Amino acid sequence: MNTHLNRRHFLATGGALTISVLMPGEMARAAVAGLDKRPPLDPKKLASYISIRADGSAIAYFGKMDMGQGTDTGVAQMVAEELDLPAEKVIILAGDSGTSLNQGGASGSTGVSHGGATLRNAAAEARYVMLEIASKQLNVPMEDLVTANGVISSKNDASKKMTYAEVVGGKWFDTEVEWNGKIGNDLSMKTRAKLKDPKDYKVYGTSAPRRDVEYKMLGTDDFVVDIKVPGMLHARTIMPPRAGAVPVKVDEASIKDIPGAKVVFEKALLGVVAPKEWDAIKAANQLKVTWSDVPAPFPDQKDLFTHIRNAKVLKAGGSPKNGEAAKVEEAFKGADKVIEATYEWPFQSHASMGPACAVVDYQPNGITTLWTGSQKPHFAGDGVAKILGLKPEQVRGIWVAGPGSYGRNDAGDAAVYAALFSKATGKPVRYQGMRHEGSGWDPKSPASIHTIRAGIKDGKVVAWHFHSKAFDRLNVSSNESDPSDNLGAQAVGFQAKPGLTYGTPEESYAFPVKHQTWEVIPPFLEVMNPLRSSHLRDPLGPEIHFANEGFIDEVAFALGQDPVAFRLATATDARDKDVLKAAADKAGWKPHTAATKTKKGDVMTGMGIAYAQRNGTRVAIVAEVDVNVKTGKVHARKFTVAHDCGVVINPRLLTQGIEGNICQGLSRALHEEVNFSKDNVTSVDWLTYPILDITERPHEIDVVLINRQNIPPNGAGEGSMRPVVAAVGNAIFDATGVRLRRGPFTAERLKAGMA
Amino acid sequence: MAKRIELNVDGKAHTIDADPDMPLLYALRDDLGLRNPKFGCGLAQCGACTVLIDGQPVRSCSMPVDAIGKGKITTMGGLVQNGKPHKVQEAFIAEQVPQCGYCMNGWVMTTVALLEKTPKPTDAQIEEALTGLKCRCATHASIMRAVRRAATA
Repeated sequence: MNTHLNRRHFLATGGALTISVLMPGEMARAAVAGLDKRPPLDPKKLASYISIRADGSAIAYFGKMDMGQGTDTGVAQMVAEELDLPAEKVIILAGDSGTSLNQGGASGSTGVSHGGATLRNAAAEARYVMLEIASKQLNVPMEDLVTANGVISSKNDASKKMTYAEVVGGKWFDTEVEWNGKIGNDLSMKTRAKLKDPKDYKVYGTSAPRRDVEYKMLGTDDFVVDIKVPGMLHARTIMPPRAGAVPVKVDEASIKDIPGAKVVFEKALLGVVAPKEWDAIKAANQLKVTWSDVPAPFPDQKDLFTHIRNAKVLKAGGSPKNGEAAKVEEAFKGADKVIEATYEWPFQSHASMGPACAVVDYQPNGITTLWTGSQKPHFAGDGVAKILGLKPEQVRGIWVAGPGSYGRNDAGDAAVYAALFSKATGKPVRYQGMRHEGSGWDPKSPASIHTIRAGIKDGKVVAWHFHSKAFDRLNVSSNESDPSDNLGAQAVGFQAKPGLTYGTPEESYAFPVKHQTWEVIPPFLEVMNPLRSSHLRDPLGPEIHFANEGFIDEVAFALGQDPVAFRLATATDARDKDVLKAAADKAGWKPHTAATKTKKGDVMTGMGIAYAQRNGTRVAIVAEVDVNVKTGKVHARKFTVAHDCGVVINPRLLTQGIEGNICQGLSRALHEEVNFSKDNVTSVDWLTYPILDITERPHEIDVVLINRQNIPPNGAGEGSMRPVVAAVGNAIFDATGVRLRRGPFTAERLKAGMA
Repeated sequence: MAKRIELNVDGKAHTIDADPDMPLLYALRDDLGLRNPKFGCGLAQCGACTVLIDGQPVRSCSMPVDAIGKGKITTMGGLVQNGKPHKVQEAFIAEQVPQCGYCMNGWVMTTVALLEKTPKPTDAQIEEALTGLKCRCATHASIMRAVRRAATA
């Protein structure tokens, strides 16, 4: 069965496609309405979540989407499990505000834990409704009915049976459900049915295949960059050479030789459009612009961490519980000695595989359509409505696979640019950034300093304080429903609304007194800032835990203890201890109380461990590295990962998602640092912002999945990203005795450290 | 300044009127409406735009359309013959390699060229052939499995 409904067909027929796919059969049922028309999306209606097709297969309408890790497959398995259908009989229609409720888009690894759980409830309710109908039709009490492979039958008389197709196939459920009143990640509905007992799971734990692989490998369906609308123009933006400058004079005659090229110039928004893409690119390069003279916005990059250290604090937070701050200081006073270390982490870029793209067809008197690679098409549609002065229901946001997305990247900017250019030209507009925009102007993961102190008394930690001072975690909101977060909106006068927030480590270490605090500093520029900060896969996780887990190693060694033994003695959560033990055992951990510094020729080898929680998921990682003492180059040869995200729905896709996180995390650990001059970001392509090369791949990634059959699934999209940097840093220390407290771990830093 | 240019793409002859300096990528995507090669960097640094010209992998974002002459261009979609995917595509599908999938043209087309020249490559030869290609989702483990699988298919 082809579970990938062709998106273009879908668009072409609008809402009608669902009808043609779901053409109802002849049987009318009391509880099923809508023979010819899908009821409007309403979170209080079961039909908004799920339907049964005429052939008995199911469609679940997913208000999130899969960014390539197989989330939709996992959700299909959850729905299939409750419906007693095979996974391939469940189609997921995702990420389209015209067909699904706003479940928050891809967000914080909640695709399965939140979005999937809601559709699982809908599936259970759908089954319940079908049992009610079948009970009347077959004249069998509901409690005597069983379901298997889309067939409802009497457990006492196998001849009494109906298929799902016969019960409701092709018609819309007319069932009211109890909605919790929320939209976004927390949107949820209750079911009257009892969810399946985990001991009866048949579809969970199987490795159903992904649905998007074939078209991506054969080139048989569109990415967002491939969307074409009749009459469409291509647009490009022109960014200031010095961040903060605005265009003051534009010489339109400078592009008059380019066919059909036109300038769009409104306040600080400067773009060009042309019917042909190459002409738009040429025009953007050729256009003569005079920029305003503004002071250089950034400090010398070598002073970045001094800047953070000295910057004023806009907001502080964390966990100074009642009187705890005073108690911590009291405990430090009573300590025999205090160990302190400071860890530093640079800005990092999403640097998605391609610069973001969006297509907007502005229709002021009809429905405006946004095609976007954004993780949050519903919210992005709301944002486009606001920038265009339309009502939210006048914009349909449709997600189409984009050029990679790991959080709040440049996709939001692309949507707003395309909207502004479409309105300005009165034509549908496809906007895609250039590479220097994808790397140079995307929202960055915020640079940070983490200072940790441990007070030691009688060989034990008696006081602990973890403190971060950093740029704003959400200078740019990850939500996208407010256009003011986007460069284009800021260019036409919208003011940024910084979130002013940060985070703290997630682990279960217990110390007599423990304190975790943060401070957020102002951005370098209020608007149009190429170093504005936002969420990048596992927001703050890699750097916070680099510091926390690096320092745990430092304390263990200071106390003459083995890093694994110290963690097991200090962590209090049983599942945390289980992942630590599993990773250490599988990796063949050899206890040690100082750097082992094993050397063979020019290569020193070492092993390091780190662990973290993430919203209920626990991951421990052992990294094994080779460090070349001559070149300073690090090769992370092997990773052993123990992963507990509750029940495992699809072991193969989970494993592949973990492998991706390990390699992306390794890339961030070894290479990634956004460089900038006083004028602008200078990491603008793959030479100036290198990422992991295949020659640097780990030769082995050994994944141990701890399957907790009775614990609902937690997010698995990001948890394994979290301890990678720390594990690599700790392994480098074990190999060389050099404690790197500033990332990334470049060959230059290693060489300097070993000198 | 537009010039009439003939292109042979996936076994079909095309004639377009284009700026001779325009990179091949835009002829394929914009003039011919093909969706396979992707714009990743425009700088020949990532490989997302890779096509084969006479069997050799070429970064189409940096190859002027007028410089191809009579070269036969193959896109990733064009690897499918009579409805049957190329063994490299089959291997990448079997290994479920792509996450976002945007970079896949580079890995697939370069692997096709590698296996033509070196049917049974070692891991070191695979790495040597594929170095420089970018995958931001970091699916390197899956890519290696797929190339090894294609080599044994």
